[in-house]
Amino acid sequence: MCTVCGCGQASVNGRLVSGPAGQDHPHHHHDHHHDGHDHHHHHYHYHHDHDRAPTETPTPVADAGAHHHGRGPGGAHVPGLDQARIVRVERDILDANDARAAETRALFADRGILALNLVSSPGSGKTTLLTRTLADLAGRVPLAVIEGDQQTSLDAERIRATGVPALQVNTGKGCHLDADMVARAVDTLNPAGGAVLFIENVGNLVCPAAFDLGEAHKVVILSVTEGEDKPLKYPDMFAAADLMILTKMDLLPHVSFDVDRCVDFARRVNPDLAVLRVSATRGDGLAAWRDWILARRATWPAPDTERTAS
Amino acid sequence: MHELALTESILRILEAEADRQAFTRVRAVWLELGALSHAEPDAIRFCFDLVMKGTLAEGARLDILRTPGQGWCMACAAEITLGQRFDPCPLCGGHQVQVTSGDAMQIKELEVA
Repeated sequence: MCTVCGCGQASVNGRLVSGPAGQDHPHHHHDHHHDGHDHHHHHYHYHHDHDRAPTETPTPVADAGAHHHGRGPGGAHVPGLDQARIVRVERDILDANDARAAETRALFADRGILALNLVSSPGSGKTTLLTRTLADLAGRVPLAVIEGDQQTSLDAERIRATGVPALQVNTGKGCHLDADMVARAVDTLNPAGGAVLFIENVGNLVCPAAFDLGEAHKVVILSVTEGEDKPLKYPDMFAAADLMILTKMDLLPHVSFDVDRCVDFARRVNPDLAVLRVSATRGDGLAAWRDWILARRATWPAPDTERTAS
Repeated sequence: MHELALTESILRILEAEADRQAFTRVRAVWLELGALSHAEPDAIRFCFDLVMKGTLAEGARLDILRTPGQGWCMACAAEITLGQRFDPCPLCGGHQVQVTSGDAMQIKELEVA
């Protein structure tokens, strides 16, 4: 079997091609990228030729939305009736999620809401850090929380005990929050203008990396009781984040965790990653974390709005 | 296992395209998965057969096109090829590297009837 395309039992240009899998066959995967500018412009020519000599002329894929390839099995060609055809799609798998996230992001911009997507492994102390952060910010800015867990509303109850409005989203078997879940939660929660909205994602360093929720920043939380090599083991998440918070710093004397090595690993994956060292129980670094948040919050009400109102 | 959610997204795109481009069956799907993308080809394959069962794409063939990762080394000011996201620059060994392409997850074409 071809390791690039998996063909071997392939149908080629609308015809079934017989021949054992693993047969040595010439074919071309043409992939032209125009780099150096922003827009995506790819031309893919899938040209498989199992039973003919290789040719340097790839079978072109027309720009029309649909077209027919080749002859039918009996030599008949009845357009639109019996033929398989190739249609061009060119759609990102995450298109629907990203579009929904963009709507939410626009809503946040309208209302001056700073949304932070908190991601970590289970047990990193995310909820403990969050409750402490809410206590620090209470009275300064409006606050709201969306809690993502597979099951239970325990975390939302912990948050509501601080007096901050919180909504629990249970993902069931799902391993991450997606943009639609968050959009619906925002609709229900209806955070105040100028609020800081914390979205506590499902404890998972893999899956949430791929799903934009409309947040301004992903914040990855890593405790010193975990491995310092996690940024290398789960690079997608550290690449997607803008800030890494190292938590449980009070436990550092009791564990073999090299902070400098961890930060070095994280910046290999993401050279621009900011880092804060925090202990939610002892209070280290909480002021810096609070300042990081407030510095990113828009002035609210926006100056333009005030002028219009007066 | 977010590949299950990604594969369900593939199905929703196939259903939308079936309306838009007037077809009823999908026989093959050409999917680009960059080397730096958020999905494992084997996991997508595993989910694909499960998710497509009982749909317009039941039994469809999945062809996965792997595209290489590319990055920009700030120290070398050069375009480089990346096997994985955290690989060092092959020219200088440094890690001042920004990913520029190879993280796509895109349905390119379908064979339909």
